[in-house]
Amino acid sequence: MYQHTRFNNKNNFFQKFGSLDYVLLSCLLILGFISLATMYSTDGGEVLFHTRSHFIKFIVFFSMMIVISFINIKFWFSLGYLSYAIILGMLIWTVNFGITASGSKRWIDLYFLNLQPSELMKIFIILCLAKYFHRMKTQHVNSFYAICFSLIIIFIPMSLVIIQPDLGTSLLIAISGIVVLWFAGLNHKYFFYSCLLSIISLPIIISFLKPYQKLRVLTFLNPDRDPLGAGYQIIQSKIAVGSGGITGKGFLKGTQSYLEFLPEKHTDFIFTLYSEEFGFIGSVLLLLIYSIIIYRVIRIGALSRSYFAKLFCYSFGTSIFIYIVINMSMVLGLLPIVGSPLPIMSYGGSSMLATMIGFGIVMSAKTHSQQSIA
Amino acid sequence: MINISDSATKLNSLNRRMFIIATAKIVILGGIVSRLFFLQVKENKKYLTLSDKNRIREWKLPPIRGEFKDYFGNTIAGNFEAYQLHIIPEEVEDFRYVIYRVKELLELSEKKFQKILKKKNEIKPWETLIVADNLSWEKFSKINNHLYDLNGVKPVISISRDYPYKENFTHVLGYVSQANENDVLTNENIKEKFVPGLKVGKTGLERSFEKRLIGSNSVERYEVNAYGRRISQLAFQKGDKGETIKLTIDTKIQELANELLKEKAGSICVMDIYTGAIIAMHSSPSFDPNSFVFGISQDEWQLIRNNPMKPLVNKSLSGNYSPGSTIKPIVALSALENEVIGKDFTVQCKGHKNPLELYGQTYHCWKKEGHGFVNLREAMKQSCDTYFYEVARRLGVDRLSVTAKKFGLGQKVFKDIFDNEKKGLVPNTEWKKNALGRNWVLGETIITGIGQGFIQTTPIQLCLMTAQIANGGYKIYPRIVANDESQYEDKFTPLYKNSRNIKIVQDAMFSSTNEVRGTSYRSRLNDLKYQFAGKTGTSQVKKITERDRELDLKTFQIPYEERDHALFIAFGPYINPRYALSIIIEHGGSGGTVAAPLAKELFKMIVDRHEIRKNYDNKKYLDI
Repeated sequence: MYQHTRFNNKNNFFQKFGSLDYVLLSCLLILGFISLATMYSTDGGEVLFHTRSHFIKFIVFFSMMIVISFINIKFWFSLGYLSYAIILGMLIWTVNFGITASGSKRWIDLYFLNLQPSELMKIFIILCLAKYFHRMKTQHVNSFYAICFSLIIIFIPMSLVIIQPDLGTSLLIAISGIVVLWFAGLNHKYFFYSCLLSIISLPIIISFLKPYQKLRVLTFLNPDRDPLGAGYQIIQSKIAVGSGGITGKGFLKGTQSYLEFLPEKHTDFIFTLYSEEFGFIGSVLLLLIYSIIIYRVIRIGALSRSYFAKLFCYSFGTSIFIYIVINMSMVLGLLPIVGSPLPIMSYGGSSMLATMIGFGIVMSAKTHSQQSIA
Repeated sequence: MINISDSATKLNSLNRRMFIIATAKIVILGGIVSRLFFLQVKENKKYLTLSDKNRIREWKLPPIRGEFKDYFGNTIAGNFEAYQLHIIPEEVEDFRYVIYRVKELLELSEKKFQKILKKKNEIKPWETLIVADNLSWEKFSKINNHLYDLNGVKPVISISRDYPYKENFTHVLGYVSQANENDVLTNENIKEKFVPGLKVGKTGLERSFEKRLIGSNSVERYEVNAYGRRISQLAFQKGDKGETIKLTIDTKIQELANELLKEKAGSICVMDIYTGAIIAMHSSPSFDPNSFVFGISQDEWQLIRNNPMKPLVNKSLSGNYSPGSTIKPIVALSALENEVIGKDFTVQCKGHKNPLELYGQTYHCWKKEGHGFVNLREAMKQSCDTYFYEVARRLGVDRLSVTAKKFGLGQKVFKDIFDNEKKGLVPNTEWKKNALGRNWVLGETIITGIGQGFIQTTPIQLCLMTAQIANGGYKIYPRIVANDESQYEDKFTPLYKNSRNIKIVQDAMFSSTNEVRGTSYRSRLNDLKYQFAGKTGTSQVKKITERDRELDLKTFQIPYEERDHALFIAFGPYINPRYALSIIIEHGGSGGTVAAPLAKELFKMIVDRHEIRKNYDNKKYLDI
């Protein structure tokens, strides 16, 4: 047994290289390529700022992911609390010294990159909670202390993000955390009751929303209420997707985006543009790629020996899935508009960085799948 | 060991929960795909339409207006290339500099300059600002020479209305000017084709034939972005030019009419007595319609409006005049037709000393010393009033009005082509009772016999009346548009009971112009080719008092407003008549001295032009 472990511990670089998940890697590369092409289209068929910047970010962070995958999963395990604390520090820094853009303070100026710590928190909260629950005995998971502690872990970054203000990201952080709680084995009834409670308290929550957020909810319920104002984004987005048809208008021929009817086409609404140009077939294909990626992430989790790796992979895969679903539902008019990027597709360094770190850790779990964490 | 079993339960729970989540994921994914399917496949058409509506915008261009031609194909209202200056503000780097430079080059007045600046602030920066809409060639070329200095300024040649014969056709054609709100609201055609700067007919035929003239818009279809800026042109759909309308008018005669009426207020109408074609119809004074095309200046407008001779009134159609003695042929005809008198019926005219007296009123002949014993022919020749007082008295106003109406008085000559045409008035006993609520008195019949009193006619009605006497007493329908296909069933139906009566009246009119002592004898043309027959008329504007009669002032001694209207109706050539005319000169004095000489000039040209007209369009020409 010992020898077996030793043998495994000794696995060298080439062995690690061979054990990378190439299906996942190629899917990520294809997705990167698609996102670059779409970005090229948002720039009106020219290689302009967004395309170039997105390209560089993708290459850099993709390489970073490969590097991360060679680092032992143990390292990430040990880093769990520390990284959470660092990001939390960054969030506090942001609240005080962040860069303000379009009415909210979300970014830290790192000279080469404007970092959005809230995006990173989406990943590191999973890491932190996964570590927290890794050692916990089953009977302790549902203890009052554990629940309180994990809720505090979720609540602190969430509130720090909410005051930026950035409701969308804070909800996504909360969802990431709750997903971990779910996998960690928190009793079903807690989820059931909290769901019930939140539905009942929905009117009260709405009364606490900012006017523009209330408007978004109202607009979601009836986009035609103010077609040129609050409803404009969602109406134009639906027009773009709907006019794409089965095969789409063709690459670089999306009139809605080309003629600037689409809002936020680089970031949250990038799927709209893609869908307009590539149609139903293209959209389903994109969903398929995302599904394969998520499937591979969960498969890696299933094959991992350590509970930590499993928990992280499952939670990360599910979170990514939820991000995608929220973004698409939003642009398709199924959910109110909340700022949430489409992983990898949307323009934005921090989101890309966070996602790639997540995939890196997953990949590291793959290369070190036989590694057990004490 | 506890550890191992515990981790096993933990893993178990984890995998179980993963399974639940995976199932949920598949369901949600299915939801997203079905939503995509709904939007992109099922509702695709709806959203495609919405997307096109978003991105495609149409711009209508002003349609090219149809032209008016005279009988010989000369353009009397055409289109010309107007030199304009456009600026698209966003394409100009330094708008202030450019606009001041333009102001300097075009010598714009401060007022106009401020107007342009105001307009610039009203439009979007990528919309066209029209700085000048009709530049002279000199200024246009000046701008072109300085283009290197005027970035973003566009010299443009656009199509606009042009009336080459200036004031000659104003009252027939009317004029065009920029469409106002009222035009758009009242006319469906204008509403449909409206673009800013569209010019539409305001009066005359330009207005009546708006529908045929206006043409259809060219349409430019552009792709626009979310801010409404044009990105690229998708299509250009060329519109049709409006219909070209050919009139029956002979420009040469129309010009002569204008010449003859120069400095006078009045009207000349010339008509083909068989086809009813209007050869000339002019009302004087006139004005240059070209000044209205780009908007008339306030000063110029006031000048036209306040002119005492009323240039804005089309006297041929909307001038209501007492016909005076020109009604006498109809009175005579009516009396003959109703067998009230024979052609040898004689009355003694005793002059001013012994006027006709009825119920305390006296009725004077115009001639102081009287005409003595006159029969119908003599009475018509010398225009003896006393004779016609007696004829009217015997005839009665009701029988007279029947004949007058039959010959075209008291109703519109052109059905609805001209919206300013007046009906005139042919009174009878019933009319007076209805309109004024009083009974007809005999004295009114007497003065109606010499065309005074209630009776009112327009010059075109007098012309039609003359034409229908001249053609032997047959109904005709005047028309001003050539190739007018409208068919009238009762065309050339006789208006008389006995054609001999028409001959008697024609002969009497002949004597009036061509025999000694005739009222228009001095205006006669002896050459048989040109010889015409006519009847003068002098209609009083105010009642002649005893004092006036004693003073017997010359025309120029009376204030303008109180002078008599001079009238003349005629047809010719006397052998084989073809044309009829009516002349009226407001406050001109006596018909014989002022109006009749114009007929002489007119007939010379009318008869000469007849051959040309006849040979111009052989097939369609009705030769009788």
